[in-house]
Amino acid sequence: MPPQAASPTLPRGTELAKTRTGIQGLDEITQGGLPQGRPTLVCGGPGSGKTLLALTFLVNGAERFGEPGVLMTFEENEEEITSDVASLGFDLGRLVEARKLVVDYVRVERGEIEETGEYDLQGLFVRLEHAIRSVGARRVVLDTIESLFAGLKNDGILRSELRRLFRWLKDQGVTALITGERGEGALTRQGLEEYISDAVILLDHRVRDQVSTRRLRVVKYRGSTHGTNEYPFLIDRQGISVLPVSSLALQHEAPLERVSSGVERLDGMLSGQGYFRGSTVLVSGTAGTGKTSLAAHFLDAACRRGERCLCFLFEESPPQLLRNMRSIGIDLEPWVTAGLLQFHADRPSRYGLETHLVAMHEIVADFKPTVAVIDPVTNLMSVGTRADVQAMLTRLIDHLKTANITAMLTSLMAGATDLEQTETPISSLMDTWIVLANEPVGDRHRRGLYVLKSRGMAHSNELCEFEMTNVGLRLIDSAGRDVAANDVDGHSQKGRRHAVVS
Amino acid sequence: MQLSHDERSGPAKDADKAYSLRLYVAGQTPKSVLAFDNLRRICEEYLAGRYEIEVIDLLENPQLARGDQILAVPTLVRRLPEPIKKIIGDLSNVERVLVGLDLRVRE
Repeated sequence: MPPQAASPTLPRGTELAKTRTGIQGLDEITQGGLPQGRPTLVCGGPGSGKTLLALTFLVNGAERFGEPGVLMTFEENEEEITSDVASLGFDLGRLVEARKLVVDYVRVERGEIEETGEYDLQGLFVRLEHAIRSVGARRVVLDTIESLFAGLKNDGILRSELRRLFRWLKDQGVTALITGERGEGALTRQGLEEYISDAVILLDHRVRDQVSTRRLRVVKYRGSTHGTNEYPFLIDRQGISVLPVSSLALQHEAPLERVSSGVERLDGMLSGQGYFRGSTVLVSGTAGTGKTSLAAHFLDAACRRGERCLCFLFEESPPQLLRNMRSIGIDLEPWVTAGLLQFHADRPSRYGLETHLVAMHEIVADFKPTVAVIDPVTNLMSVGTRADVQAMLTRLIDHLKTANITAMLTSLMAGATDLEQTETPISSLMDTWIVLANEPVGDRHRRGLYVLKSRGMAHSNELCEFEMTNVGLRLIDSAGRDVAANDVDGHSQKGRRHAVVS
Repeated sequence: MQLSHDERSGPAKDADKAYSLRLYVAGQTPKSVLAFDNLRRICEEYLAGRYEIEVIDLLENPQLARGDQILAVPTLVRRLPEPIKKIIGDLSNVERVLVGLDLRVRE
């Protein structure tokens, strides 16, 4: 084995050596990548992304890990496959020129070939060996090896030669990825590759309620532990990404730094200093209670501190939000212009939950914010089942926490009474929960706000009345004094206690 | 299989054509030796005086496998007359070899 400048392996004690795919999330699920020097099968139905995953593995190897590769393709010729992946920014031609990649198209068409007597596939081995030697390849992709079965008649020879090929690949010490079409009742059509591969990755592409979702599962991994769940993944302009879930073990840091909510008196209610940095804040309330306004205050304050803020909108368009917030004296537009604040508006129903989640992950990874707002997160809940939503939000919040991003999620409640019910899927994930409510009093509404919980700090239990003014949201108390200053311990009787929420 | 008149008379018209044959092998294996012997015998019987056989050992010239799309060995490639024909295996079935070379119409 030639020494590599940038070793792609992540040694982990006595665990077997692994080769990184460079695919975000996949290396985490597999705890380091594919088994080094061994064959891995990636199988799935048509259009499930097998070829793309395999090519990403090769291209990343060549470009990022100093491991040249060989692509032996049985289905598409060099031109076709090159143009297929060009849209993802893969320039196979350049890699071939730079001698980091060899593409060998093996054409097998039944009917063109007469068979008589014994034969073996040594010609294929010779080609592969020649290709591997010519660039010093460390990675090999065979896409899709079972095409041989359509082209040649003698299944017995093919099966034994396929076994020999996998064995031979191991002897060559190359990390191989073999794609296979999903079979009836088996992972592959021949029911063979899964047994002779050291690892098996299953890709699945389903459409449910007209929403398509892609999932990936590591079915088998000899000699290594691995995540066994189905993980959503997305194929987009940046290629494949599997949802990073490495940190679900609850190992986030718990910074002591605090960030302002943007509303001075609310900061006061939160032991005088606002939210914890990196914490997640839920703001829930019925329609028109001021959730978005509270979020706007938070964004405005963060931008004033020079923080980068990301705001996902699932209800309003950015211009609508900017206009509405200006009416209460919060002008976010300069922050957008300055590049500190970025909006992403989308219809929840446009994709499946996973797609939303992966897209949000990517936007977060691109923009690298320190503050994120999702308004309202409840609109995403209409997209999936309760369990799905819970899983997705857990992952999203987990991801944000790991990145130390302070997040605010607004939640639209149908009515005040079902508070606990609607919020259950997510409330347990929240560090701070602020509830906004309206109460009709005579011919007007009274607006109220209280902190239902805020982990790790002494917070006010007070229900505060507030108004929307042309300088934003303003908390008031009966005595006209600073509510916060007196109510930190939550025992003061001076604040108003309207029965806003039953 | 329905054949046109031209195809039916094809082998006859090719009677005077020269045959350029290539036998791809990977080393001196029993299979490759057998294939070569079988091929020689068939050529002598049916193509005497108008054939040439080029044996290519892929172990020596691996780069040649790609051009003729070789994956199985032994593979016999009929390069001339066109079109190119391929027969894989040790060529032990004379009938199939003749059909593969277009020297006999497929039954």
